[in-house]
Amino acid sequence: MPHSPLLASLTRHKLTVLLMVLQVAFTCAIVCNAAAIIGHRLVQMRQPSGVAEDAVVMLESISVDDREDPLVRHQADLAALRGLAGVQAAAGVDALPFNGYNWSNGIATEPKGQPRLTATAFNGTPGELATLGLRLVAGRDFLPEEYLPIDTAHDWNGINHVPSTIVTRALAERLFPGQDPLGKLIYPGDGPVRIVGVVDHLLRPVLDESGGSEYATLFPLLPDDGGINYILRTAPQDRERVLKQAAETLTRLDGNRVLRHPRTFSQLRSDYFRRDRTMIGLLLAAALGLLLVTSAGIAGLASFWVQQRRRAIGVRRAVGATRRDILRYFQAENALIVTGGILAGAVLAYALNLLLMTHYALQRLPWFYLPVGAALLWLLGQLAVLGPARRASAVPPVVATRSG
Amino acid sequence: MLGYYAAIAAHNLRRNKALAMLMVLVIGLGIGASMTMITVFHVLSGDPLPGRSGQLYAPLIDPRPLAHDRAEQAIPDGNFTWPDAMNLLHAARADRQAAMAGGAVPVRPAQAGGLPFYETGHYVTADFFTMFGTPFTAGGGWSAQDDEQRARVVVLDRELSRQLFGDASAVGRSVRLKDTDFRVVGVLDGWHPQPQFYAQIDSRAFGRTDQFFLPLSTALDLKLDFSGRFACWGDSGDTRDSDHCSWLQFWVQLDSAAKAGAYREFLAGYWREQQAHGRFPRPVDAQLYGLMDWLAHEHAIPDDLRLQLALALGFLGVCMLNVMGLLLATFLRRGGEISVRRALGARRRDVFLQLGIEASVIGLAGGLLGLAIACLGLWTVRQRPDGYAQLAQMDGAMLLQTFVLAIVASVLAGLLPAWRACRIPPALQLKTQ
Repeated sequence: MPHSPLLASLTRHKLTVLLMVLQVAFTCAIVCNAAAIIGHRLVQMRQPSGVAEDAVVMLESISVDDREDPLVRHQADLAALRGLAGVQAAAGVDALPFNGYNWSNGIATEPKGQPRLTATAFNGTPGELATLGLRLVAGRDFLPEEYLPIDTAHDWNGINHVPSTIVTRALAERLFPGQDPLGKLIYPGDGPVRIVGVVDHLLRPVLDESGGSEYATLFPLLPDDGGINYILRTAPQDRERVLKQAAETLTRLDGNRVLRHPRTFSQLRSDYFRRDRTMIGLLLAAALGLLLVTSAGIAGLASFWVQQRRRAIGVRRAVGATRRDILRYFQAENALIVTGGILAGAVLAYALNLLLMTHYALQRLPWFYLPVGAALLWLLGQLAVLGPARRASAVPPVVATRSG
Repeated sequence: MLGYYAAIAAHNLRRNKALAMLMVLVIGLGIGASMTMITVFHVLSGDPLPGRSGQLYAPLIDPRPLAHDRAEQAIPDGNFTWPDAMNLLHAARADRQAAMAGGAVPVRPAQAGGLPFYETGHYVTADFFTMFGTPFTAGGGWSAQDDEQRARVVVLDRELSRQLFGDASAVGRSVRLKDTDFRVVGVLDGWHPQPQFYAQIDSRAFGRTDQFFLPLSTALDLKLDFSGRFACWGDSGDTRDSDHCSWLQFWVQLDSAAKAGAYREFLAGYWREQQAHGRFPRPVDAQLYGLMDWLAHEHAIPDDLRLQLALALGFLGVCMLNVMGLLLATFLRRGGEISVRRALGARRRDVFLQLGIEASVIGLAGGLLGLAIACLGLWTVRQRPDGYAQLAQMDGAMLLQTFVLAIVASVLAGLLPAWRACRIPPALQLKTQ
């Protein structure tokens, strides 16, 4: 089909066409970037924490009485908690993935060396690995004789004397690329600490964007101030009941404490990503809204043009154009406008991406978002123009003989 | 004349109902989305301490060692080490100054059998109350001497006071925090500036409230629990009072610009003096932020909200392009009618005005719809669990602004089409009829 009448007609509506092209371009740019942000956040939200998430519950206990020995208190509490029906394992810890308690240490690999990175210290009583369900991929769990107190009262001095650590695979590969990390020494404090085990995954209490979300070290250090997180391993269906009974048991053992944040690990994760879920919802709504508005605009304008050109269509039909030709004509017109919009939109999308990268520390737009967005817009445009174009093709040739 | 134009506009819109409704809907969606976010921004960027914020400043110095890695944070986080905060406090070069840190303590109810509960508050020095002009319902703050003597005194918020002592006066009574008895010296009249500008700014800067205030030196002495970032460098012990651990906030009151300038000089001098003692290895770059500048610098308004605002405005832009295109099409469709009016003596200006009014009618209808959508949008924002959520309320000023934005947006959207349409030459169009 010759395109010359098509172009001629479009040049008669230069301004309208320009506005349409701009609208498609901005829609394309915003939708692509919104989709990229959604994709990035979904990747973050799906990171495995390393914990058996549907089988762990927790609650925080803060002792008010300063005179009693926290180590004794924790042991008595844990013994009682392990006695509860349905509790498979229990431990007391300070940090957990997503709980925000981030004690990070600079990690050097030689004495008095410059720290190469910072990694979170996870400290806890014996049984931490088993309760959380962390998967050891090399080495062993801590031995009973390796445990010692954190010594909170003396500036967490325990870190300077702890003999061993279990690190994440991510940390081991970063510190000792291509080598067996077992037996290697690291220096999180003053003294050397031997790596005795490697776990598959363990996310830090606060995620960061720089790729260090799994830089974590587990130490056989016993929490020894008033506050401690008790974690319990149980069957998924028992979680609510176990949490309730645990709170009752702890209060009965010693009422002189504050119990805070009893929750399942699933709740902890869900709370952590609450804002991201809001953001994803808004981005989705905005992207859908934009696509809807733009297709409505395309459809509106097309049906308007069909009305306006009824006579011209009639004339074309009268001189031999088939209904198919008319349909094709409007589809081709739409395709031309949307393609122009997409081309401009591609440039705009990368410009917008650059702007977002400087102001909001967002990622570079992955290349595949653009073709997918373009195809989607193109299809929507064709869909939007289909109704008006069919109406146009139904215009009978006899219209040509009527006036106005 | 205007009434007549409005009648014509209404008539024309009725002729193309579906298209008119589409335009109203699109303008309404755009206005609704952007007004929701503009309102959220408006309430969040308000002054937390009106009347006083102009004299309040946050000094910024950087005691950290030289960065050996580009990935390290280049900008200092604004926290002070204990020795630096105490040096500036005792130098007393500002009209008023205070050091502070956040904390949480278990509170034990006075009556027997009550379970202890946790409250968050702040550990501060004496000038805090006079500097920030905190309103007391009874009593007052404490003296610098109390700070020196690590006095066991506490200022309660109205809410906690009522919870502990009912409606009776709390001043002079004793409250047990953790393991120590504190004497209540004052009760605050629900002082909760939003955002909580004097604390470390994080994602919870909005919505957080302090229920008690007690002397910083006392908190350190009793080893009460601190909250917030505690960053250390170097490799000797990480203690609260060491000179290589930053965690305190420091605020000064400076009553004139000249004093602010002098204080900036003083800070730079302090930096150089510390360099002479082998500290502060980074190049001298002392800053002094006004309160509102500080909030902007620390991104008190979460980045996600900024992104949402940008998104809403982008959405409005596309909606305007959309309406512009549709209006242009409708106006040009009426080329015949316009050229007849022109031929009958209507000036370009008249045509322009008439079409402009038609665009405004759409804008007004869109504005009304947008207002409804914005109210709905704000309601959904209030359902968010974030601290700022409850602040997201429409007020009179924002209501007015919604309408102004709607009219401006639709007039802007109508301007180009109306300009294009009023350039239709009378004769040519008549000929083609």
